[in-house]
Amino acid sequence: MKFSNYLKAIDEVSIYPLISLLLFVTVFVGVVIYMYTLDKNQIDERANIPLK
Amino acid sequence: MEKFYYDNKIVKQFGVATLFWGIVGMLVGVLIAFQLAFPALNFGIPYTSFGRLRPVHTNAVIFAFVGNAVFAGAYFILQRVLKTRLFSDLLSKIHFWGWQFIIVFGAITLVMGYTSGKEYAELEWPLDILITLIWVVFGINMFGTILRRRERHLYVSIWFFIGTWVTVAMLHIVNSFQIPFSWIKSYSFYAGVQDALVQWWYGHNAVAFFLTTPFLGLMYYFVPKAADRPIYSYRWSIIHFWALIFIYIWAGPHHLLYTALPEWAQALGTVFSIMLILPSWGGMLNGLFTLRGAWDKVREDPILKMLVVSLTCYGMATIEGPMLSLKNVNAFSHYTDWTVAHVHIGALGFNGFMIFAMLYYLVPRMWNTTLYSRKLANAHFLISTVGILLYAIPMYWAGFAQSLMWKKFTESGQLQYQFLETVTHIVPMYAVRGVGGLLYWIGAFYAVYNLYKTMKQGRFLANEPDEAMPLSAQPLPTQKMHWHTAIERKPVQLLVLSLVVVAIGGLVELVPTFLIESNVPTISSVKPYTPLELLGRDIYVREGCYTCHSQMIRPFRDEEMRYGEYSKAGEFIYDHPFQWGSKRTGPDLHRIGGKYPDSWHFTHMRDPQEISPGSIMPAYPWLIKNDLYTANTPAKIRAMQKLGVPYPEGYDQICIQDLRLQADSIALALNAAQIKTSGDKEIIALIAYLQRLGTDVKK
Repeated sequence: MKFSNYLKAIDEVSIYPLISLLLFVTVFVGVVIYMYTLDKNQIDERANIPLK
Repeated sequence: MEKFYYDNKIVKQFGVATLFWGIVGMLVGVLIAFQLAFPALNFGIPYTSFGRLRPVHTNAVIFAFVGNAVFAGAYFILQRVLKTRLFSDLLSKIHFWGWQFIIVFGAITLVMGYTSGKEYAELEWPLDILITLIWVVFGINMFGTILRRRERHLYVSIWFFIGTWVTVAMLHIVNSFQIPFSWIKSYSFYAGVQDALVQWWYGHNAVAFFLTTPFLGLMYYFVPKAADRPIYSYRWSIIHFWALIFIYIWAGPHHLLYTALPEWAQALGTVFSIMLILPSWGGMLNGLFTLRGAWDKVREDPILKMLVVSLTCYGMATIEGPMLSLKNVNAFSHYTDWTVAHVHIGALGFNGFMIFAMLYYLVPRMWNTTLYSRKLANAHFLISTVGILLYAIPMYWAGFAQSLMWKKFTESGQLQYQFLETVTHIVPMYAVRGVGGLLYWIGAFYAVYNLYKTMKQGRFLANEPDEAMPLSAQPLPTQKMHWHTAIERKPVQLLVLSLVVVAIGGLVELVPTFLIESNVPTISSVKPYTPLELLGRDIYVREGCYTCHSQMIRPFRDEEMRYGEYSKAGEFIYDHPFQWGSKRTGPDLHRIGGKYPDSWHFTHMRDPQEISPGSIMPAYPWLIKNDLYTANTPAKIRAMQKLGVPYPEGYDQICIQDLRLQADSIALALNAAQIKTSGDKEIIALIAYLQRLGTDVKK
């Protein structure tokens, strides 16, 4: 039997990659938006923690 | 201002243990490397044969060398960036000695042949429980420290340590489910395809969360410290962290491309592996760009040199990894030495050099002195870099050459090369690789000497004073806080969120394979192993045969012609644990059953070179001498029944009779072929197992 038969045997299998993609995009976009809205001073302060 | 003292003693202990286990673990690596070129180095005894020493090497370098280094680095960094002493000196002590006990106990059991047979998770169930307990001790100590901090904000290194802790805990627990049948041995709870998926979900993420995320924690601290400037972009580090932990957890199935794993899971593994390039390279460049304007220092300072090569190797390994996850590349690379080269770029380059850079930084500071010899450290850097090259280049070459030879057909459509010819062709490469490993080891020895002399010339500061304002006295910022800023200040929430992020990938991957039966279609002719075959299989696992032989024929023309019909998911449903393997130093064994007579196997195990001149397989004379231990066979059958293997009820009471019958018939056949043996030897069980392999579907 071909491997793709296993794939077809799962009901609505296409939902898995879609869920994965959606989750990833949401997290990624969230983090990128956050990153751009950060205050420069805050960033500098944090980056300097090890050098204090 | 409050005055407090950093605990340097625990950092020193973990640091010294790092050096000690590094030397031991790498030396075992050098030995097994030379064993592949000169099989006589297996010495004909069980405790030094390749199959048993290879897990000793991998476990020693991963959990002893790298593990101790991570704890040393994490405990040093946690205190400094959180401005507090570690939570509990007692927990630190339990953590240190507990971990060393696990290492020693683990090494002894592996050499004795007590192994779960799952790569990088070979330690047996009592050790798995101990590891869990010590990991919890580490977690309490780390979180206690975080909660007592005098720095409101958690520096990025801490996030990586938290991510490491929570994910390793999850991976270790899920992959270690097993049913014990004796005080030291057990069978994996999962079977076949499911076991493979869980194992490589674990195995890949052991690379991700034991060998990568904690090292990024080290990088974000030691690169800025060594270069004396803040990290290039703190913004990148936020994306780096979340993207990396989110994506990594999905990538495990790329170790199982073209196997009997469902195709949708393979596809997920590939897609997420490609996506990993972004955060990995973002992180690497973030580290390297930190050195902007400081490259003149890199020329002089051995610490910076090592950090630069370490990050470069990280970059190389993390572009190569996704490439190896492409199915067309993997079809060529898998089971060859290409994989071995790939992991050693990461292990020797990224992990090794990061560790030595860290130690060269830490020791002079904690001993209040300067490095004994900068020249010697530079020599270490040079000899070890040459060592890496001499290791990796022959292995890449061997991988390409062997794969091409495996897949080469004559004009009449026959395979051009016997498997053995593809091995003897690359044996010189194995020898050069051994030299490369030896050079790297000599470099490590330079480090031990240099650091020892540094310690001798300085005075160790066990409790280092510092002062900081208590958190309650620090004013809250007047600006409105972002949601992420809030999370970064709440370590428990950060922990929970990290767990959610890594659990999602695991759930989407594992749950369908477990719940949907059609993912592993059963084959009616596939039956449980007979008691004798089961004992033979346990010997196969004990001797670490999976370290050199796969049991997974991929659906390719050359593999079907060489080994037989490709492997189906349904053939492995009684395999606790699965033994698909990941490397073909020897040929695939999935359809070895019935291919040769029993007498062939007997002679071959006694002396492989007698049957296959030029073979690099070790001899197994003890299997011929040792009596087969059968007393716990009923317990093994009962354990298998608990796992759902359909032996008839009460079979454990009569299984020994069946075992004797089958053993005697094999012994008779051997006697008929002029071989003197009896049915109570270990070799008989192993032959029974090998002759059964892959034959069910032919019935």
